[in-house]
Amino acid sequence: MKQVIGAALVAVTAAICAGGASAQSPTLAQVKSRSILHCGSGTGLAGFGIPDQQGNWSGMDVDVCRAVASAIFNDPTKVKFIPLSAKDRFTSLQSGEVDLLSRTTTWTISRDTALGLNFAGINYYDGQGFMVRKKLGIDSVLKLAGASICTQQGTTTELNLADYFRSNKIKYEVVAFASNQETVKAYEAGRCDAFTTDASGLYAERLTLSNPEDHMVLPEIISKEPLGPVVRHGDDVWLDIVKWSLFAMINAEELGITKANADQMLKSDNPEIKRFVGTEGKFGEPMGLTNDWAYRIVKHVGNYGESFERNVGAGSLLKIARGQNALWSKGGLQYAPPIR
Amino acid sequence: MTDATTEMAPYAFVRKETLEQQPAPLSVAGPLAWVRQHLLSSPLNIALTLLCLYLVVDSVPGLIRFYFLDAVWTGTSRDACLADKVGRPVGACWAYIADRFQYFIYGSYPINQRWRVNIVFVMFALGIVWLLWTSAPKKKLGIFFFFVLLPISAYVLLLGGPGAERFLSICLTLALALAALYLILSFVPQLVRFYIGEAALGVVEQLPIWKRFFGPKQLVLFALVVLGFLSLLASNPGLPRVDTGLWGGMTVTFLIAAVGIVFSLPLGVVLALGRRSRLPIIQLLSVIFIEFVRGVPLITVLFMANTMLPLFVPQEYSPDRLLRPLVGVALFAAAYMAEVVRGGLQAMPKGQYEGAMSLGLGYWSMMRLIILPQALRIVIPGIVNTFIGLFKDTTLVTIVGIFDFLRTIEATLVDPTWATPTTRSTGYAFAAIFYFLCCWGMSRYSIAVEKRLAAGQKR
Repeated sequence: MKQVIGAALVAVTAAICAGGASAQSPTLAQVKSRSILHCGSGTGLAGFGIPDQQGNWSGMDVDVCRAVASAIFNDPTKVKFIPLSAKDRFTSLQSGEVDLLSRTTTWTISRDTALGLNFAGINYYDGQGFMVRKKLGIDSVLKLAGASICTQQGTTTELNLADYFRSNKIKYEVVAFASNQETVKAYEAGRCDAFTTDASGLYAERLTLSNPEDHMVLPEIISKEPLGPVVRHGDDVWLDIVKWSLFAMINAEELGITKANADQMLKSDNPEIKRFVGTEGKFGEPMGLTNDWAYRIVKHVGNYGESFERNVGAGSLLKIARGQNALWSKGGLQYAPPIR
Repeated sequence: MTDATTEMAPYAFVRKETLEQQPAPLSVAGPLAWVRQHLLSSPLNIALTLLCLYLVVDSVPGLIRFYFLDAVWTGTSRDACLADKVGRPVGACWAYIADRFQYFIYGSYPINQRWRVNIVFVMFALGIVWLLWTSAPKKKLGIFFFFVLLPISAYVLLLGGPGAERFLSICLTLALALAALYLILSFVPQLVRFYIGEAALGVVEQLPIWKRFFGPKQLVLFALVVLGFLSLLASNPGLPRVDTGLWGGMTVTFLIAAVGIVFSLPLGVVLALGRRSRLPIIQLLSVIFIEFVRGVPLITVLFMANTMLPLFVPQEYSPDRLLRPLVGVALFAAAYMAEVVRGGLQAMPKGQYEGAMSLGLGYWSMMRLIILPQALRIVIPGIVNTFIGLFKDTTLVTIVGIFDFLRTIEATLVDPTWATPTTRSTGYAFAAIFYFLCCWGMSRYSIAVEKRLAAGQKR
């Protein structure tokens, strides 16, 4: 039922947009008229969106929202975060309650097509990982033969686990629990040899153990969980704005533009940087933005690398390695089309 | 004859003076007797006592050790609460509560605007004490303060924005105008001759100038002082709009509970009267509302309000995200309250109604003066029960993404800054203490009220 209503709504919106056939984005117009961006966020996940001591939100997903707000308003604080649970996030996006959903959402075909949503990119490549005790002396999942593995019941994690071990013909024993908390407790109590969940979550869970240094995360990632910001079907220009806000952050890292040196870069002679900061070309106008949109993003939020280090990387307590999230030029998967 | 012989008897073994009073035997008085009577009076009771004793001995020392003796009271990050870093077993991490205390109270409310929340808290506390403390002076002024001034001030202060500032100045102007009117009236009371009648005017004219129209003057003066104070604050630092999405913590918990409690009682009384009304349409509507609301879980109401409603209503017209659950919770509690009040109405003997009618009282006077005061007294336990239930139900708003007190605690539990093995138990213990104190306070107050109101019935 929900989906039918959502689809109907999307169809109506699409019809209106097609009728108008202008480059103006209705979502952008609405955001500008209420002069605040409504961003669907998570209800609290370390590194991706959590409130600090003063109640300000920070995290990788939060930074995407702030980047879009910076591009539109030149002010990263003009975002209203609407915390959404996993089950009502898509309804809220479809109903127009939020303009953009940035909430560790995995890009899958059914969400992209049947739910009437568009993924604007991938801001974090996640996947299922394993944590073991260091004293086991294991450096690979493939050496976990005969091990007992703690996991949460009824999740894709459990299914991925079965797929992976069966295809590699390794014997293992699953010990499943109802909640994540129980699972971690059981692992810590020595009920099983390894603990598995999404890799980004593993690092956060590791910190809640009494001796985090005794445990390590294995390098293998056994599933694909590409996480990214989502918008609804029917407003292509808005999709462009969100997509390029993310690309701008990644391009900025590649070009070496940081929060600190963004102002100096305005005087740069490098044509690529000139196009980026808007001193050459008119790349913001087709989206209904100003031409210095990308400069604003970097100035207020920083580039992708800065955001990563600050929230989940070396600058944070999670200390997640860049891994797949490194730039393509450094052996990772983060690759943004050029601004030209 | 016998009397005489006894008195005269020379026998030494007849006692002449009264024995001194002896202490009661150990088996009926004193601590031992108490223990025997209350704890060990039968084999079953002995078994129960031993079981309870075992439970206490088993759990209490551990809890005390965890929450007090081994607890960490100061620190700025998780290192303070890690056994490895501290070098001793670590219990509850109260340092984490201290560090995040502000967040638990205000949520994400902007720091430089938090004085607004504080003022509302102070006004709220003042209003509560004024109304609940039996010997507080000027109860009527207190009711005016709590039910008129407080909601307006809270709304204006917490939300802010240019509209609020404008509204405040309009209210202030109105109050000033009223004050001026009463000032003029105290010199020339003849102006209101046609409204209050000759006789009453005569009485007023007898009084000295400063005592004429004393009651209304007091109200206006009081409103003027509060509004003037607020607008002074509003015009100096200004009242920028704070979106309800930023509200959180205890502020939101108290807000939802207060709105629910304040609206559900009058609404519930009206619904209960409606259900017992002889007018068919009113009765039908009341029954439908009550039965419908009682037939759906609160979570459904909240989910409908915050997830489904936006699908049907255009974005521009859909009400605020915090307002929707507020209305939902108030209506929900009202339906339950209606049934509680109806219980009280049904317990009233028919003679009370007939007696009231024979005195010539109309429906509303009968209800207000005779029936409701008695009926409500009977159902105080039920009313307070509903209030306590409502207070705890406020935590359900978390599922529609509102950061109430419990949600703010849960949000900080995933924060790596304080991720330790004991953070979780500390956070939930803190929440338990908060909810217990609030609910226990309500229940104790209701017992006191019951005792006071039932004083006339004790025989």
